[in-house]
Amino acid sequence: MNLWWSSWEAFWAMGGQSYFVWMSYGALLAAVVVEMVSLRLRRHRALAAIEEERDLEAED
Amino acid sequence: MSGEAVSATTARREQARGSFAGGFSWAMARDLRLAWRHPDEAVLTVAFFALVASLFPLGIGAEPQLLVRIGPGVIWVAALLAAFLALPGLFAADYVDGSLEQMTLSPHPALGWAAGKIAAHWIVSGLPLTLLSPLIGLQYGLAPDTLAIQALSLLVGTPVLSLLGGACAALALGARGGGMLLALLALPLFVPVLIFGAGAAEAQATGLSPAPHLSLLTAGLIAALVGLPWAVGAAVKIAVD
Amino acid sequence: MNWFYFASPATFYGLAGRMAPWFFVTAAILAAWGLYLGLGVAPTDAQQGEVYRVIFIHVPTAWMSMFLYFVMACYCGLTLVFNTRLSAMMARAIAPTGALMTFVALWTGSFWGRPTWGTYWVWDARLTSELVLLFLYFGYMALANAFEDPRRGDRASALLAIIGVVNLPIIYFSVQWWNTLHQGSSVSFKGTSMHVTMLTGMLVMSAAAWMYAIGATLVRVRSVILERERRAQWVRNLPEAA
Repeated sequence: MNLWWSSWEAFWAMGGQSYFVWMSYGALLAAVVVEMVSLRLRRHRALAAIEEERDLEAED
Repeated sequence: MSGEAVSATTARREQARGSFAGGFSWAMARDLRLAWRHPDEAVLTVAFFALVASLFPLGIGAEPQLLVRIGPGVIWVAALLAAFLALPGLFAADYVDGSLEQMTLSPHPALGWAAGKIAAHWIVSGLPLTLLSPLIGLQYGLAPDTLAIQALSLLVGTPVLSLLGGACAALALGARGGGMLLALLALPLFVPVLIFGAGAAEAQATGLSPAPHLSLLTAGLIAALVGLPWAVGAAVKIAVD
Repeated sequence: MNWFYFASPATFYGLAGRMAPWFFVTAAILAAWGLYLGLGVAPTDAQQGEVYRVIFIHVPTAWMSMFLYFVMACYCGLTLVFNTRLSAMMARAIAPTGALMTFVALWTGSFWGRPTWGTYWVWDARLTSELVLLFLYFGYMALANAFEDPRRGDRASALLAIIGVVNLPIIYFSVQWWNTLHQGSSVSFKGTSMHVTMLTGMLVMSAAAWMYAIGATLVRVRSVILERERRAQWVRNLPEAA
């Protein structure tokens, strides 16, 4: 299980195709971040809606 | 109980239960009668088709070779859009005035009247488009054999559009978003039909055999005829529940 | 084991909350291992050079995009047949993750295609049908949220998802049916044309994508349950809702 790369520079350069490789992996990272944020937001909104509903009923 | 009495009872029960054929012919005759009384919708569909198809030469140039090259595809796209725009008329009025609910309460199975409504809709929208397509094709300078294949591919493909679109139109009844939502639901499902339909005429125009495209399109039609009337009936039931 | 016990949203809410972190942890470990293999250890591809390393995310996300649609359609079938509430909530929870996987598969595919085919996009069968899949996910989500009555949205969108299933075999077999630029599958049961490390990396990344998708779905279904059951007493008794 030896590493294929001789140096970090060679790793980042990806044999001159760094743009395509890192744009792909970057998109995956962005997608995961977007999903994590949206999951958290949705949960906060759902909990806030429960709160709101309860307050409305308390007023009645 | 004598044999006669039994058969009479079965016949009566049969009548009360309704049948596929009964529902089909009743719904089709009803919708055709309505369309005959108000022919403007069918006329608009056909006019839209001709209009869109004539916009392309004006937009991208009228060189004869270019027109022959793009003709089959443009005619198919125009027919697809015209068929799509005719979809809201399929169920919307019946949904609003409650006749759709009456149909779900009728003794006939949903499969029957759903198929009948779709068939009537195709006769009013898909069939005129098919019949008009050779005329549009002539404007694009297509060869006679290409015109024939074009019309044939539309004849097989437009019923699939009516069935798929009918299911989507029924699902979108009463939904927020209206026409845009219907476009998002129906147009992606139309894509395979467009590919094979336009592909058949295209192949004929470039000297290849249109048979593979046409047979895949026919397979699609058979699958759609088997599965989708049921789906349309189920969708209408969901809508009126 | 009584499955109907877990089919109640109230029970499943707690169960999903306990399970989700484990799926995320497993996904993170597998992804770290898979990325180490794929980006670090695997050798350069003789024909394509380094850009082939996109395969370690492209193939797993493309598989998941189809598989998640299939699972979603199965839940939709349960919704229509048994009218169960939880299955509809699960289907709604899967859709956004499926759409995201589809998007990543399309995006990475085009960044792989540019250096190897010379173009970001071709209108061939596989790319087109994968794009159609993305629109099917969008259509499903739009229809599910288009009604005042959420139960109506559940049932209407379930039927739409089932109609859309016909697209899956088209995507899957498109490479064989058409002459396309898209290469055939590199993995087959007869044996593979790939280096062992590459194959291992790809399978590990696929397992990571799988675990991640389950984790994300479980977290999202908890929010869906809260949204739908917000008037129920058990929701109001939850410590997090206090």
